[in-house]
Amino acid sequence: MTIFIPTPLRSYVGGKNAVEIEAATVASALAQLTAAHPDLRRHLFNDEGKVRAFVNLYLNDEDVRYLPAKEETAVSATDTLSIIPSIAGGSPFMPCGER
Amino acid sequence: MSTLRLPRAVYAALRAHGEETYPHECCGALLGLPVEDGWQVTAAVRAGNTRTDSAHNRYQISPAELVKIEREARRQSLEIAGFYHSHPDHPAQWSATDFAEAHWLGCCYVITEVAQGTAAVTNSFFLAGTTEEDKRYEPQPIAIEEPRE
Repeated sequence: MTIFIPTPLRSYVGGKNAVEIEAATVASALAQLTAAHPDLRRHLFNDEGKVRAFVNLYLNDEDVRYLPAKEETAVSATDTLSIIPSIAGGSPFMPCGER
Repeated sequence: MSTLRLPRAVYAALRAHGEETYPHECCGALLGLPVEDGWQVTAAVRAGNTRTDSAHNRYQISPAELVKIEREARRQSLEIAGFYHSHPDHPAQWSATDFAEAHWLGCCYVITEVAQGTAAVTNSFFLAGTTEEDKRYEPQPIAIEEPRE
């Protein structure tokens, strides 16, 4: 399968925007990716070994969090896995009447 | 120091987006390529703000939309260089929320103050550092490139 690497993490995989992995599941694909590129691990996983909350994983067009088998979902050679850090923010909160 | 190089048309487009969505926050992605002194951006891609519950002071781009934006960037041999959003009636300075939710290290975060519906100051902040623990925003000069005659 192909794992697409987001801009901030490309320096940990030799500057590539994609890495080819042979794996049976999403979890094993991530395990192989981080075994080959150990510096990626702390960016993808927290101290408990769980995927960090702000890291989104998309198997093709599906959010892995919402797949029935989640990270144990089976994958094939033609699948793509996108690693997408979240994007959010906003201006300081101002109570109604102070704006 | 990292510099954000923006064509005049892209600069105008992201500011216009903030005016169109006022009093709500706008958001989008910047596509471009890394250059010696920072990022050369070539296009701004508008995104929907999924924070419809609090769109006047919060923004969020759905990851599904980000996947599509990144796919399009790859198709054009470009990278996601950063993101932009607006602060309706608030200064163009990053907030605690902006910082807490910033995870694209090495990328640009552009903020436009939209005052009473009119785009005012636009600033860029470079998310420096190598981890969540040492990340920091650094003010980033914006070099606006005028169209060639």
